[in-house]
Amino acid sequence: MPKITFPRMGESYRAFKMLLNDMGNEVVVPSRPGKHTLNLGVKYAPEFACFPLKILLGTYLETAQAGADTIITTGGVGPCRAGLYAQLHHKILQDLGYEMKMIVFEPPRLHPLNFIHNIRALNKARLSIRSIIAHIKRAWRKVKALDNVEKLSHVIRPREITRRSTTRVYRQALNWIDEAYTINQIEEAEASALTALNKIPQDPTREVLKVGIVGEIYVLLEPASNLEIEETLGNLGVEVERSMFLTGWTRDNAWKETTEGITVKDAAAPYIPELLGGHGRDSIGNTVLYARRGFDGVIQLAPFTCIPEIVARTILPRVSREHNIPFLTFFLDEQTGKAGMTTRLEAFVDLLRRRKQIPQII
Amino acid sequence: MKAYLGIDVGSVSTNIVIVSETGEILTSLYLRTRGRPIEVIQEGLKTAARSAPAGMIIAGAGTTGSGRYLAGVMIGADIIKNEITTHAVAASMLVPDVQTILEIGGQDSKIIILRNGIVTDFAMNTICAAGTGSFLDQQANRLNIPITRFGELALQSGKPVRIAGRCTVFAESDMVHKQQMGHRIPDIINGLCEALVRNYLNNVGKGKEILPPVVFQGGVAANSGIRAAFERALNLPVVVPGYFNVMGAIGAAQLAKETVARTKTTRFKGFAVTTLSFRSGSFECDGCPNVCEVVEIYEGDRVIGRWGSRCGKWDLEDAL
Repeated sequence: MPKITFPRMGESYRAFKMLLNDMGNEVVVPSRPGKHTLNLGVKYAPEFACFPLKILLGTYLETAQAGADTIITTGGVGPCRAGLYAQLHHKILQDLGYEMKMIVFEPPRLHPLNFIHNIRALNKARLSIRSIIAHIKRAWRKVKALDNVEKLSHVIRPREITRRSTTRVYRQALNWIDEAYTINQIEEAEASALTALNKIPQDPTREVLKVGIVGEIYVLLEPASNLEIEETLGNLGVEVERSMFLTGWTRDNAWKETTEGITVKDAAAPYIPELLGGHGRDSIGNTVLYARRGFDGVIQLAPFTCIPEIVARTILPRVSREHNIPFLTFFLDEQTGKAGMTTRLEAFVDLLRRRKQIPQII
Repeated sequence: MKAYLGIDVGSVSTNIVIVSETGEILTSLYLRTRGRPIEVIQEGLKTAARSAPAGMIIAGAGTTGSGRYLAGVMIGADIIKNEITTHAVAASMLVPDVQTILEIGGQDSKIIILRNGIVTDFAMNTICAAGTGSFLDQQANRLNIPITRFGELALQSGKPVRIAGRCTVFAESDMVHKQQMGHRIPDIINGLCEALVRNYLNNVGKGKEILPPVVFQGGVAANSGIRAAFERALNLPVVVPGYFNVMGAIGAAQLAKETVARTKTTRFKGFAVTTLSFRSGSFECDGCPNVCEVVEIYEGDRVIGRWGSRCGKWDLEDAL
């Protein structure tokens, strides 16, 4: 039986593991990227590659050492080098003596045959199409539950009375969803998770700022790669809304572009009329949308040397001026020291608070 | 007489000020951190206590700089604030209509944009420390010129030579090349000042609207060559306030005053902290693959501060 692994992005691995097991595969769950992962990735990746390539390479090497022999990953559209990372990873792993099979999912909307072919390759249990669809639906429901619970945690955390109480409840709730199997169980686990989060004692008088987070998908979705910026902001009394969740991104690329997706494109159109690869255009469009919705500020997260986000970064000052919304950019790389980020976040939050208190003079 | 204490623990210098109720600066100390913040804070406070006028009581204390948490738990600070905010507060106190602050310290450089007295934008150097005080220090050392004479030498230059400014490694090899070609030291130093300013404006100041009054502060503001290079590049007068090298500490003291006005009481432990014994220890947490290095600060046998874990589980609840 092949032993399958895949990139770790936040908590979504819980759903992927279930789906792959259902289809008759053994799964090597990638562990949370840590120092060891980073060391491995940095050692064997080209120096100028971006951070996601390095972390993923580290993850693959860790899972290969744990016995994985097949990697599932995604391809990509547009001029961003991440679209080639599957092939590049494959070659590097080969050079290091790991013969791994790569199963690369291109966006099914554009490559339907690739999707069918890949699903067939993963169908070790020889399930009928009907039951594969049922399993995918259940896994999808689980990803949605995970996303919904995470979204609520971002709302509760800045209002919690006891520090870290949200994080504690959230961690517990993840296990409930992890253990749920049938659609009913998943819905039940999701409901009790949401109830438990809502029950956390909150301070209703606290003045909470709202900040939108935009940027490149990997550093957005994997907290280990962004120094847990959402949690840090929550502790500073900021409610964060991330512009990208796995459910939204998959919907856009799997069957149709969602209405949100189209609005983001429209919003970005005066600044970036073309797809420039990665999520550069989304960063601009989402910033405009956050400004329209009255958010206090926007934070852009980008891997160091990421071209699409560098393009977005150079346009953001104009967007910020024309839509009257402050922004702050973080280029993320190997640094694990959190002090620099904390200093900038604290100053940004100070700026946003002062601005809110004295809005008339700006 | 009531007064407020501000401490700025930076990578290169530790600055201590005492500010009176009316905003008068009673004591101002600029000390080298030398990698030993605990010792330097204690020594500095001893000196500050000696210089204090009779009858003065510290009614509030604030800390800032990269060592702000350490200093904060040591002295019992009423407020622990990031250096961007404290620098902005101090500049608005001393130059009330300031619109742009250029700040260059030991490891950090930042730009702060204010409009109508409030911060509207800021940026800090991220990936690269080219053009900060440490690099100037290092070059002064290499040329065997005291850093204090750097500025005056730069001003003697008739014609600056061009030095690459993008990266300190490029800058240094360019400087060596120009010196071996026979260029005069003042011209090379002036070229370095221009390179540093160019790098700062392209990097930290990129996309920012720099309007006067422009205030230049931080340790590097002592260097008149850099100031002159800024004035040439911006075509604007650049103000260096009298207390340019302790601005962060002044801002921290001011914020402590505002905090105490609200809380009515100070957490400052008094100058007795200079006699307490502080020590630090560290351990690796094995709770998850992050393997964070957690640092603990002890006062006697009691842990007064603990940080360094990414999840925050080791943080002491009341330390902040």
